[in-house]
Amino acid sequence: MTTRIVELRQGILKKNDELARELRGRFVGAGVLVLNLVSSPGTGKTAFLERTLRDLRAGGSRVAALVGDLETDNDARRLAASGAPVRQINTHGICHLEAEMVSKHLEGWRLAELDYLFIENVGNLVCPSSYDLGERIRVALLSVTEGEDKPLKYPTLFNSADAAVITKMDIAEAVGFDRETALRNIQEIRPGIRVFETSAKTGTGMAEWLEYLSEQRAGKSAS
Amino acid sequence: MAPYPGARVKEVRLRVGALASVVEDSLQFCYGIATEGTPLEGSKLVVNAVPVVMRCESCSADVEIASLQSFRCPRCNAPVSNLLQGRELEIESIEIEEAEETVKK
Repeated sequence: MTTRIVELRQGILKKNDELARELRGRFVGAGVLVLNLVSSPGTGKTAFLERTLRDLRAGGSRVAALVGDLETDNDARRLAASGAPVRQINTHGICHLEAEMVSKHLEGWRLAELDYLFIENVGNLVCPSSYDLGERIRVALLSVTEGEDKPLKYPTLFNSADAAVITKMDIAEAVGFDRETALRNIQEIRPGIRVFETSAKTGTGMAEWLEYLSEQRAGKSAS
Repeated sequence: MAPYPGARVKEVRLRVGALASVVEDSLQFCYGIATEGTPLEGSKLVVNAVPVVMRCESCSADVEIASLQSFRCPRCNAPVSNLLQGRELEIESIEIEEAEETVKK
């Protein structure tokens, strides 16, 4: 018997990474800004996105969304009320979205006719951090009811984010949200990250968020 | 395993970054079950941990981040956000045992 070592140096998520790279190329080519929204279940991703879609459309932007859940198309129906094209991705047990699911659900959409495409990931703070979907901006959301130390508990996800959104600011006081600590923890894990303090209900912080989106879109077409 | 007929995999070596969200114990637990009935059955899984390395602009140096609770330079305490290493999840190599008669030349 002889033993031999075969060097492979192969990424286990290589297939996803390659597909994500391809998607990113398509998105850039089409001039659409793509965002991947990640958070725990119940943070309010859908409410935040409903408001974002509505406000962007009111400002004349062309928007669309893909929304991931294990089961049901409830979120897609909620988001579609904004008038934007929305598709539901049911993962049937898988706890995160993968590039292939995104690619499949984009069929028939003319990306060049969109300004923004939002991908609402499955509510989960672990696995989505490992799966690139070809997005340009990964947004980590955290609600005021979740505890200020969430970024410390899930550093892999918060460290991979490009922007952070705090949701449900309208009830911050009632739930004793410690704003300073939350902001400090986010910055400990992802130094320099832009943080938006929002309420989808009252509209707090939405103006800054929309301005950021528009800046990011403009920056991208310039590059 | 097609290029190595009759061969048996002895060992599979992975490189797993501290930010890859992989827990070695869970991986080891599943590995035995997942490899049953495959050419990998009975092989040993070796997980080599890859620490997080970030670029510290103030020190102009690449520094290792020991704790995932604070992304600061261990030398100067400046916040660091430029990740150089730590998200790896890859198969580094496999060690195979070839049957004598199938070894070419």
